[in-house]
Amino acid sequence: MLLITCPWCGPRAEIEFQYGGEAHIARPADPVALDDAAWADHLFMRKNPKGKHRERWMHRSGCRRWFNMERDTISHEITAVYRIGTTVPGKEGT
Amino acid sequence: MNDQPFRLDTAAAPGRIDRGHAMRFVFNGRGHEGLAGDTLASALIANGVHLVGRSFKYHRPRGILTSGPEEPNALVQLRAGERSEPNVRATQAELFDGLIARSQNCWPSVGFDLGAVNELASRILPAGFYYKTFMWPPSAWMFYERLIRRAAGLGRAPDDPDPDIYDKRYAHCDVLVVGAGPAGLAAALAAGRSGARVILCDEQAEMGGQLLGQRAVIADRPALDWVKAALTELAALPEVTLLPRTTCFGYYDHNALALVERVADHLAKPAAHQPRQRLWRVRAARVVLATGAIERPLVFRDNDRPGIMLAGAAATYVTRYAAAPGRRVAVFTNNDSAYRAALALFDAGVGVAAVIDLRPEPGPLAGEIRARGIELLTGHGIVATHGARRIAAIEVMQLDESGGRAIGPVRSIACDALAMSGGWNPTVHLFSQARGRLRYDAAQGVFLPDRCDQALANAGACNGAWSLGDCLAEGFAAGATAASAAGYATAAPSAPAVPPESRAPLRVLWVVPSDRPIGEGGKHFVDFQNDVTAADLGLAAREGYRSVEHLKRYTTTGMGTDQGKLSNVNALGILSEALAAEPSTIGTTTFRPPYTPISYGALAGRDVGALADPVRTTAMHTWHAEAGAAFEDVGQWKRPWYYPKLGESMHDAVNREVKAARTCIGILDASTLGKIDIRGPDAAEFLNRIYTNAWSKLEVGRSRYGFMCKDDGMVFDDGVTTRLAADHFHMTTTTGGAARVLAWLEEWSQTEWPELRVYMSSVTEQWAVAAICGPHARDLLAELATDIDLDPKTFPFMAVREGRVAGVPARIFRISFTGEISYEINVPRRWGLALWRALMQAGADKGVTPYGTEAMHVLRAEKGFVIVGQETDGTVTPIDLGMAGMVSKTKDFIGKRSLARGDSMRPDRKQLVGLLTDDPRIVLPEGGQIVAELKPEPPMAMIGHVTSSYHSPNLGRSIALALIKGGRDRMGQALHVPLADRTIRVKVVEPRFFDPEGKRQNG
Amino acid sequence: MPRYSIFSLLRNALTYHRDWQAAWRSPEPKPAYDVIIVGGGGHGLATAYYLAKEHGITNVAVVEKGWLGGGNTGRNTTIVRSNYLWDESAHLYEHSLKLWEGLSQDLNFNVMFSQRGVLNLAHNQHDLRELQRRVNAIRLNGIDSEILTTAQVKTMVPILDCSPGIRYPVLGASLQRRGGVARHDAVAWGFARAADARGVDIIQNCEVTGIRREGDRVVGVETTRGFIGAGKVGCVAAGHSSVLAAMAGLRLPIESHPLQALVSEPIKPILDAVVMSAAVHVYVSQSDKGELVMGAGIDAFTSYGQRGSLPIIEEIMASACVLFPIFSRLKMLRSWGGIVDVCPDASPIISATPVKGLYFNCGWGTGGFKATPGSGWVFAHTIAQNRPHPLNQAFALDRFSSGALIDEHGAAAVAH
Repeated sequence: MLLITCPWCGPRAEIEFQYGGEAHIARPADPVALDDAAWADHLFMRKNPKGKHRERWMHRSGCRRWFNMERDTISHEITAVYRIGTTVPGKEGT
Repeated sequence: MNDQPFRLDTAAAPGRIDRGHAMRFVFNGRGHEGLAGDTLASALIANGVHLVGRSFKYHRPRGILTSGPEEPNALVQLRAGERSEPNVRATQAELFDGLIARSQNCWPSVGFDLGAVNELASRILPAGFYYKTFMWPPSAWMFYERLIRRAAGLGRAPDDPDPDIYDKRYAHCDVLVVGAGPAGLAAALAAGRSGARVILCDEQAEMGGQLLGQRAVIADRPALDWVKAALTELAALPEVTLLPRTTCFGYYDHNALALVERVADHLAKPAAHQPRQRLWRVRAARVVLATGAIERPLVFRDNDRPGIMLAGAAATYVTRYAAAPGRRVAVFTNNDSAYRAALALFDAGVGVAAVIDLRPEPGPLAGEIRARGIELLTGHGIVATHGARRIAAIEVMQLDESGGRAIGPVRSIACDALAMSGGWNPTVHLFSQARGRLRYDAAQGVFLPDRCDQALANAGACNGAWSLGDCLAEGFAAGATAASAAGYATAAPSAPAVPPESRAPLRVLWVVPSDRPIGEGGKHFVDFQNDVTAADLGLAAREGYRSVEHLKRYTTTGMGTDQGKLSNVNALGILSEALAAEPSTIGTTTFRPPYTPISYGALAGRDVGALADPVRTTAMHTWHAEAGAAFEDVGQWKRPWYYPKLGESMHDAVNREVKAARTCIGILDASTLGKIDIRGPDAAEFLNRIYTNAWSKLEVGRSRYGFMCKDDGMVFDDGVTTRLAADHFHMTTTTGGAARVLAWLEEWSQTEWPELRVYMSSVTEQWAVAAICGPHARDLLAELATDIDLDPKTFPFMAVREGRVAGVPARIFRISFTGEISYEINVPRRWGLALWRALMQAGADKGVTPYGTEAMHVLRAEKGFVIVGQETDGTVTPIDLGMAGMVSKTKDFIGKRSLARGDSMRPDRKQLVGLLTDDPRIVLPEGGQIVAELKPEPPMAMIGHVTSSYHSPNLGRSIALALIKGGRDRMGQALHVPLADRTIRVKVVEPRFFDPEGKRQNG
Repeated sequence: MPRYSIFSLLRNALTYHRDWQAAWRSPEPKPAYDVIIVGGGGHGLATAYYLAKEHGITNVAVVEKGWLGGGNTGRNTTIVRSNYLWDESAHLYEHSLKLWEGLSQDLNFNVMFSQRGVLNLAHNQHDLRELQRRVNAIRLNGIDSEILTTAQVKTMVPILDCSPGIRYPVLGASLQRRGGVARHDAVAWGFARAADARGVDIIQNCEVTGIRREGDRVVGVETTRGFIGAGKVGCVAAGHSSVLAAMAGLRLPIESHPLQALVSEPIKPILDAVVMSAAVHVYVSQSDKGELVMGAGIDAFTSYGQRGSLPIIEEIMASACVLFPIFSRLKMLRSWGGIVDVCPDASPIISATPVKGLYFNCGWGTGGFKATPGSGWVFAHTIAQNRPHPLNQAFALDRFSSGALIDEHGAAAVAH
């Protein structure tokens, strides 16, 4: 069971959190301007990588704040926790 | 009652049993006596009972093989009645007065078992035989299978529910030490002295591990003195928790470990309110695994007779329990440890027939063996055993240099027990569960911990430390390191002195040869419980099942209740020989939780029975219950379904309620609807993006109905939202959708539109809601709402007013789910019941009638109002529901882009329509499928289904709603609803049956 | 292929079973094949088998990075059924079920397909309504399906708590009598043996590390045992689909999640049918060995770790004890995890891709085992003919652009 460090509340057990899928998928500014394939790409296609994954979580049974996390999808090691709207600390611009 | 003929006297073997405290027990219907401190196994041995079970496949007689959790044979049905438990290892079951146990998987008795006929056919029942046969005739498998199923299984489930309770708790600690043998005790001492929070758990009733069954010396005194001192010191440390009878069975991510504490299994039954077991969910900063080692059997011909046991177990029975495995015990080994067992047996007064060592050169203890006059045969192996229900003799031959062939004359040695040792396997299960990698040590023939990414350390035998001195040293070091890594200052640990031990290497011989080829005489068991032999493994390898996982699955080796604790490494060794490959290149199977089987009850805890899921009730629940309401489960809520009067059927009650709401006054407890308070200067813009329709221009004090979609364009929830102030909205959601919708709003506001200044909070539980409706609803409200102007000109439909109702502060929403004049009166929850009572009292002479969810459904269906989750299923757009007018063409909203996809625009999408049966008395079943073209029998093409269907007392006929392909273009068409037993003809109509212009609600 | 039968068993017993042949060869990979199937699980081996049997394409290799059947084929709870709501799914799974019904004889390998009946329980009015809808749809698709009353359920499963007034009362159930369970490993082994006999090369311990393209066409795969050429490559590697897709420069609408299952210690038979409950989140059957086989929902986060969290197990156990109070004193023997590739609409993808000659069969989520023969059958057709069979036309990748999804979340509300 993961031990997740909520940026607002500190380390808490996985059962307090809700998973929110791949992070950094920007919603198109003007969805109507996209063709069906591009919209499907935004809506459904995912990297789903084996290894480091940047993903969204919400502290459901705590502060109910969303945040981002970088986690290895094989070892489950958490390498970064960072706020929405920012990127992995030390990796700005990546 | 006998006198425990195999119990050793105090002088020869003091043991750790309480000779002053006899306990009676019954095994297979026969009464015996044991002592406090016994396990069922040790008590049976003390009584000379070795035949305790039958094997899974061949029903071979089996005895007690081990003294611990690895026991594959001695499984019993423990206790009787509702507390009966199958597959209990006799080696771990603590004896209590009045214990009852039975052998399993045998009929009529363990002594004479008809299932043993399988043994006669064993020649045609090799590994995997069932994959090759039972295929003819094709339909016969179900017949064969019935016979196979009847023969399979071990113990029996109890007939009645478990009367016991189970607890769970969380714990956090700096250092969790698993195993309280010498290494674990040392680790706990080193960590505990630093002030760190330490949990030390051990599966046995008594801490001390292997030391309990040995005659070791620490600091020039009996080792158990040191154990006692260590436990005394640990018990006195305030931050140390000692958990005996507690098995750590699972090692999960991020140092989360699961333990089960057997609180009351050693008692006849738990004391009042005492849990039977307790599940500990521990998060440890550091973990020290001191899990010891498990002795490995030798694989030789007919190595499974009762009376054959592991040498360490034999020593334990003698030393710890003062129970002699026999009068004349032979010892068979490939390593030094069994020499010590032989000495322990001899010194306790048990006759030792001979020590047979596979190694050509004897071990360093050979002198002590010979000094006692025990015969020592080196370079020899056992080639056969004899004895029907208990071993009576062994046959011994010399082995050639390679160990591959037995040579020379056969010698028979009489014995009534045989102690064997094939070396020791480090107990690496938890380490492996923690995703630790193992490495194979060819010299010792064992897998050892290698590296692991979790914050753990291994100490003692589980780490390949075989001498007591090494175990203690590793334990102290690991405990100190763990505490200091967790942030505590530790003193340099020093382990107490122990006498030096000299050791000779063991001889790895995966299969001991006999005078016949393997598989052509006798059976060389590798997995005792599942009856897997060396020949089976060879066959699997020949047939191409060469991956260790294939081998395991094809032969079922390691798949029994012991999960291969005895068999896995032997099987791997035999496979590696068959493939002429190094075991290291073959790898091990993955170790998975749990380490030992864990009761369902402990894992379920208290979340069973009435506590399986929380029940939510409204403020008015007691009134409904007293009124005799029938309740319906809606999510976790209990909602009144209908209120039957004495002798009234559901149909009658619902009709009465529905009519009252249209002709008089109906009252509904609407408290369960989701309610979300939304505030902030950008709240209106936020709703614009969430809902499909526009919200910016909604006036303060007015309400609007809205759909929300997911980004795939499908309806997700609906409800009425009211503007209480320019920057303040009150949103309602469906009962089941409340939590989802709140999470949805939070997600979008935080992750996608953080620039919007909007805040939301669930207020579902804060407001109790009584909805009154009907032509006289206003008259009723007027009596209780004296400070609110109810004139429809000033308080029209879709408006809100605040004031007092029955003296209670209230928000009144003039919204309607029935199409009647309707007021939803919201008051703070604590006044909900008072409000309801006041309304019922004031309305008594006006004919106010409470109605439940069923009548509500009928009323809304008469109006064609949809219920999300009933008319929708995640594949329906607002346009499909005929609500195109509520889908904005100008602004963007969640889901808009998807509504423009090809499939969303198809004219033959399923659309909401009404259905009327030709016969007005017939009520369609909900879920009925609709076809345009009726065929005599299936298959036939379906074009939709009935979503809602009721008898409408106001129309005097049945009505239904349906989703039908291209339904809007089918108005007036005749369609069919073919059911299993009949077909119903229907006509497609507009989905509005009553007051289609919607005038009444404005009245 | 020497046939398996009681006679061959007797004959071999005379020679102490020394002379059994290997069930499949372990060939070295050839430089090139007509078709390479990536993934030696049930679906991949079935694809190879039907390529050879139905389409005469025998110059086929199945490359498997580990041991065959080692993925979800060997990790699932073995439930087979075809009681799906939507026409497209019902037809596909029913085709598969019909293949199951003759599979042991077709493969000459006893896959122990046991039609014990599959029950889906209803616990509230909403469940009952959905059950009716489903049963009617399934029946009109020509598939067996019926509704049972509480009393009928109790007769069929006496150990189920059917008393009124409990937290999750049993209000009824749907039953597919032709549904049941099969021996999962045997399915992989049976297909492997039968495919091998028709000339298919099964290459284990051979990991695909790259998919080589020339222009918009696939020309083969890079592996840990070197490059292997092929005109057509079919990827059917659950739990690894996105990784393979990335090798070809594609993205899939897939997320990979852990799915856990467990077995109890073996006990004497107490449960004949397969019992599933979406509301209580559990599905359970009893194996021929006597173990209760159980599973539940997926872990929420994505993972390739083949392991899950304890809280999921705790929930399954509580659910099991709620439905079957006599389970409380039984013991969990072994729990494990697999990786399931989940599509947004809970339906699979069996499809060509924008890369010519490259095909994907993936996204079966929690319910792929039951489809094993059918999936292989239609995938073989898709690869051989370079166009989908009518049965899998709707399961193409382009449905995510058009929006013509096949939303089977109802069917997968609880994993199976």
